[in-house]
Amino acid sequence: MTTALDPEKIKVILATDCGSTTTKAILIQYVDGEYRQTHRGEAPTTVEKPFADVTMGVVNSVTEIGELANRRFIDDDGKIISPATETEGCDIYISTSSAGGGLQMMVAGVVREMTGDSAKRAALGAGAIVMDVIASNDDRRPHEQIQRIRDLRPDMILISGGIDGGTTTHVIQICELVAPAKPQPRFGSDYEMPIIYAGNKEARDSVTDVFREGGFDLQICENLRPVLEMENLGPARDKIHDIFLEHVMAQAPGYDKLMTWTDAPIMPTPGAVGDILQTVARIQGINVVGVDIGGATTDVFSVFDETFNRTVSANLGMSYSISNVCAEATMPNVLRWVPFDMDERQLRNHVKNKMIRPTTIPQTKEALMFEQAVAREALRLAYIQHKEFATTLKGVQKQRTVGDTFSQESTGDTIVNNMKLDLLVASGGVLSHAPRMHQTAMLLIDAFEPEGVTRLAKDSIFMMPHLGVLSAVHPQAATQVFDRDCLIYLGTCVAGKGLPKPGKTCFKYTVKGDTLNESGEIRGGDITMLPLEPGQTATIECDPARGIDLGAGPGKRITKDVQGGTVGLILDGRGRPLALPEDRATCQATIGKWIEGVQMYEEEAVAV
Amino acid sequence: MAKAYTPGLLVTSNTRHRSRRQLPIKGEVKVSVGDQVQAEDVVAETALPGDVHPINLANQMSLPPADVPECMLKKEGDPIAHDEPLARSKGLFGLFKTTVNCQHEGTVETVSPVTGQVIVRGKPIPVDVHGYMAGKVVEVLQEEGCIIEAEVAFIQGIFGIGGETHGKIRVAVGSHEQPLAPDDITDDMSGCVVVGGGRMSVASIQRAKAVGAAAIVSGGIDDEDLKNFLGYDLGVAITGRERVGLTIIVTEGFGEIAMAQRTFELLKTHEGREASVNGATQIRAGVMRPEIIIPLESGSGEAAGGAHEEGLLEIGRAIRVIRDPWFGMIGEVSGLPSEPHVLDSGSKARVLEVRFPHGETAIVPRANVELIEG
Repeated sequence: MTTALDPEKIKVILATDCGSTTTKAILIQYVDGEYRQTHRGEAPTTVEKPFADVTMGVVNSVTEIGELANRRFIDDDGKIISPATETEGCDIYISTSSAGGGLQMMVAGVVREMTGDSAKRAALGAGAIVMDVIASNDDRRPHEQIQRIRDLRPDMILISGGIDGGTTTHVIQICELVAPAKPQPRFGSDYEMPIIYAGNKEARDSVTDVFREGGFDLQICENLRPVLEMENLGPARDKIHDIFLEHVMAQAPGYDKLMTWTDAPIMPTPGAVGDILQTVARIQGINVVGVDIGGATTDVFSVFDETFNRTVSANLGMSYSISNVCAEATMPNVLRWVPFDMDERQLRNHVKNKMIRPTTIPQTKEALMFEQAVAREALRLAYIQHKEFATTLKGVQKQRTVGDTFSQESTGDTIVNNMKLDLLVASGGVLSHAPRMHQTAMLLIDAFEPEGVTRLAKDSIFMMPHLGVLSAVHPQAATQVFDRDCLIYLGTCVAGKGLPKPGKTCFKYTVKGDTLNESGEIRGGDITMLPLEPGQTATIECDPARGIDLGAGPGKRITKDVQGGTVGLILDGRGRPLALPEDRATCQATIGKWIEGVQMYEEEAVAV
Repeated sequence: MAKAYTPGLLVTSNTRHRSRRQLPIKGEVKVSVGDQVQAEDVVAETALPGDVHPINLANQMSLPPADVPECMLKKEGDPIAHDEPLARSKGLFGLFKTTVNCQHEGTVETVSPVTGQVIVRGKPIPVDVHGYMAGKVVEVLQEEGCIIEAEVAFIQGIFGIGGETHGKIRVAVGSHEQPLAPDDITDDMSGCVVVGGGRMSVASIQRAKAVGAAAIVSGGIDDEDLKNFLGYDLGVAITGRERVGLTIIVTEGFGEIAMAQRTFELLKTHEGREASVNGATQIRAGVMRPEIIIPLESGSGEAAGGAHEEGLLEIGRAIRVIRDPWFGMIGEVSGLPSEPHVLDSGSKARVLEVRFPHGETAIVPRANVELIEG
């Protein structure tokens, strides 16, 4: 039903995100002169048998919204009603998708750390899971590379390599490995494997020759690394989105039908989240880190000094991949976040049961605490991977002066700097649906270890994907809903970098504001919070102890404005990097104290 | 009110089942519509392109890539034997020639004047697709395979290891709750699908493997046992390609858990019959659960039509609780409150009331139950 839309006439917007586990629908309505998110619904995703039709989950989630909004959205034929009338239907319907494993790609480059990384960044930025990076220097012999390409079943392959005008031999060599491997796509034997070539433009004719036969759909776009000092990822990302819609989506069960329902192209979920976070960072002029922890994967997005990066940790997730998190992090590392003894053998069985029945939720407090312990480790590992990947361009010649002699800076350094981080945004079931906001805040602080002064927020009901795709259709509605309904500000965390002595002063503080006027000191190993409601602000002045840095340098005073939130102002004197006692009993006591310090599991407040 | 749906595992005494038997690439279909096939019959065959061996002749002969084609002793498409000369350089004034022998048997596929690389493709790899399930061919997929149909008893498990196999069903224990001990497995169970009740231990799996059982099926398994048997910790549930000597199927889950009585009784009813078994499990990207298929005598009754709509959660439906604190317990839905309920964890969720066999009831999140279909 894609037609030209007049933004003025759009009053009712329906948006869905078809995740690998759940299909989430939201309703946005024009109320009292502004766009607001009014209702939400969710239902299990139905790409699998016996349903094997994604639209059933969409209809179920939309029906739930219809009941809550007292509005009919589905007609007798099971289709979404459009345009809207007073009592039924919507003006536009949009959707994102990561169901069926999302978009899975293989990328190739000549040098792994240069064009290989650039190709990976392009694929990740477009919302893909990168299954492997093939490069001339990836320490595998050619026959091993070919075998790997044969074993993978990507949805498409992105090949890059060489700067424009440079040598063509190496990139053609890579193509000569891919072509005879005849990689098989995930869907159907009649599907022609799409190959995107985004390398040295001088090699295009030779690359075309290599892929002329063998059932490939070769598409050529601009070089994503035309010169060493610059990446040009936009054209490759756009091409990936086009192919995602034309080939991949069309093969998944029910998507052909869903594509005829939507008023804008279906976007891969992570691509849409990346779009909205970049918009926020640009408009507010801040550095942002966003995380979306799902059942199978954890996506980390960062925008530092206007440079966007996204990573997908393919096997770090809270259901399908929960067993892998426990294996990678090790069970003792998971259990260090739990303040009581748990039977390890039983826990291993719980973890496996969650893996094979991924949609279950914790019913008891103990089960919740264990899941949140696993989540901390999944987030911590995913952030480590992100920091390793989000670097300055490697291989760039850098002119060094005498003044740089003792500088440790080099090309390929991470651009993620927790001290410069302004806003940390959480989304994904375990963070968004935590019963208390305090739990979300602590999970973020424990896993990401923000330094200095950092504002914390969560995506209220996992709305960022919907708003990412809406921003392409109706930017005004997307921005209004993002400001008013999407982010729930949890508060601000003030944390010192360095290792304070336990029980000794970490920093002294004075907070002045309309509702909060307090001073005191935070001791090493302590974490506490002060009440600062959403919408309230205050000014904090901190004097850190020697060796502790709050943003102005070790031991130097800072004065900052801080914003409140549903949790408040969190003062963290535990030090960075965060260390937990190795002795199990001491560790349990320490964690217990921290949990109490921020009232993580108080029982009175219940959020949905 | 909206209908509430929840996934469930299918356990049915009689259903018409279709099995799609398909080659990975096009090939020859060996059966016709109407043919009666057995599990071990080859229904389609093909040959996969052989392994690829890249040889960088430009490097090996120290030549510019563009000179490689004229040094070739074999053309594209020519067969080549192991250790047979592949290329020879012209040398200096006809002397100091370098010969490169091919280290792989196969066919010369490409010679690149741009990179100086030669691709030799090994011998084709034959691939056979078997019937897997006894039944009648109802459709031939041109050059790709066929669809076999049969009336069957069908049991979906929750998790499995290993691929397709078949054998006679042998029930090794007395009840659906009895754990499967090594002593329960006897030498005459070679080639059989061995059925236990409660948890199977690593010792029982090893015993089943030692006697040559085709598969082992039971209610539960301990994660530690599985890890010990496989030799590694399973990170994600994508299985079916393991080569561990037998196929393993767990019907209920991990831990001390009995097989659902209905499942056990159904298997017991068919003791001695041939069953087709596949442990392949894939939890994401198109869910695939392990299966036990027992073909029935043709015309042994109408395929059972469910009294309930598939996937529909309603009062009276049989369900299994799939998360603590009532993990593994079976009961029936006795209430479906529409309002969300605050759980002990503090979360708000839609719930249902379940009545267990002894009459006690419990409130359980809807996400924590699965329907027992069939």
